[in-house]
Amino acid sequence: MANRTPLYEAHLKANAKMVDFHGWDMPLHYGSQLEEHHAVRNDSGIFDVSHMTIVDVAGAQAQAFLRYLLANDVAKLSIPGKAQYSSMLNEQGGVIDDLIVYFFSTESYRLVVNSATREQDLAWIEKVAAKFDVTVTERADFAMVALQGPQAEAKLKLVLQEQGAAIDGMKPFMSQQVGEYFIATTGYTGEKGYEIVVPAEHITQLWDDLLNVGVQPCGLGARDTLRLEAGMNLYGQDMDETISPLEANMGWSVAFEPSDRDFIGRAALEQQKAAGHMKLVGLVMQDKGVLRHGQRVLVDGGEGIITSGTFSPTLGFSVAMARVPATVGETAEVEMRKKLVKVSVVKPCFVRNGKSVL
Amino acid sequence: MSTIPKELKYATTHEWVRNEGDGIFTVGITEHAQDLLGDMVFVELPEVGDTAAAGDDVAVAESVKAASDIYAPIAGEIIEVNEALEDAPETVNSDPYGDGWLFKIKADDASEVDSLLDADGYQAVIDEE
Repeated sequence: MANRTPLYEAHLKANAKMVDFHGWDMPLHYGSQLEEHHAVRNDSGIFDVSHMTIVDVAGAQAQAFLRYLLANDVAKLSIPGKAQYSSMLNEQGGVIDDLIVYFFSTESYRLVVNSATREQDLAWIEKVAAKFDVTVTERADFAMVALQGPQAEAKLKLVLQEQGAAIDGMKPFMSQQVGEYFIATTGYTGEKGYEIVVPAEHITQLWDDLLNVGVQPCGLGARDTLRLEAGMNLYGQDMDETISPLEANMGWSVAFEPSDRDFIGRAALEQQKAAGHMKLVGLVMQDKGVLRHGQRVLVDGGEGIITSGTFSPTLGFSVAMARVPATVGETAEVEMRKKLVKVSVVKPCFVRNGKSVL
Repeated sequence: MSTIPKELKYATTHEWVRNEGDGIFTVGITEHAQDLLGDMVFVELPEVGDTAAAGDDVAVAESVKAASDIYAPIAGEIIEVNEALEDAPETVNSDPYGDGWLFKIKADDASEVDSLLDADGYQAVIDEE
């Protein structure tokens, strides 16, 4: 039987259409994926992300360990609660997983990694950790939701009641413990919002409370269109173990400085940087039709492939991310249903805070 | 449980067919099909005057999730298409057997419809999926 999150019954109660997602029974939508998408862009929506893996890293060498394990540099984090987007690479520079690391102190961090890669991630982390004075603890006792949208703050305050003032003025990519809630200003939608970690036995209460103040439950379908509009990568689709962060528009999350910090994959990335590499771009198609994962893309100097494509509910036309040769110009052609269709090439980010950034 | 009106005929590829008389048949996709596809974002319809053999792909229903071919359940000439879907493709989701119809076809041989599935037959097709 597939894994179920502590919110499984709550999903059924909200009339979710459940699907298998990498071994987890997860909600695809609760009626209309498009309505859920618009709710997040215009008001607020909540996603069950309890399938994601939470790992706490603690010990005298926690900082040294993560500086070696991760491509971004946790030494850049000095404010307790600060979050950082990062990735774990193999020696070839391929992405084992992308993740968010939360800094509490140089001896205490929290990682949130993908569910689809849980086994490989934990095995890799344990293997690397063996050489360091750290303890690695998977927090299966926690569950997690993402509350996203322009009204997310107002809705969360309604639920937090007298504790609501605690989230006043929280900057993006911060986190703090508020009572039993670990509240982070992170997300996967391009909207303001929160990811909230709570003990599993309390998650249904939080879910119900947020639904009761009018937050729309949202499934994996809306999660995918929202993250794609925001230009955020999906592991396994936009990058995997054979793709480096440089080829996946994640170069900004690789810290080459200070140059004396050794991290796994560094040598391979430096070599690739010098030799040149493919890049991930955005594609926009204003004509009728939808760009889809796997379609061939013809560009100046070669060809590439669409890694993620969808109809953009916010924009009203199709957008995609594609990995193409760096020689790419301002337009490209996509092979769709045996025809070649002209598309424009843009930075892979289409919508932020409810508005087009094209 | 999806609705399968008794008065319609069905293709295994999830189109429904309604007899309008005079050898004219309206075609759409079933409630089950729209449910599988999810929110519709574009519907590419045939041209009026096109002729099709039974089983030809004549239209495309494109949802947020996937593009799906729609086949002519019988041979004939396309005599009308539902242009309202251009601006409101979601009608296929909300009213698949009514305002969400796709096209009307004038049958070359109206008896071809007899070989399509009835509601029970179509239910059996869904049950096997």
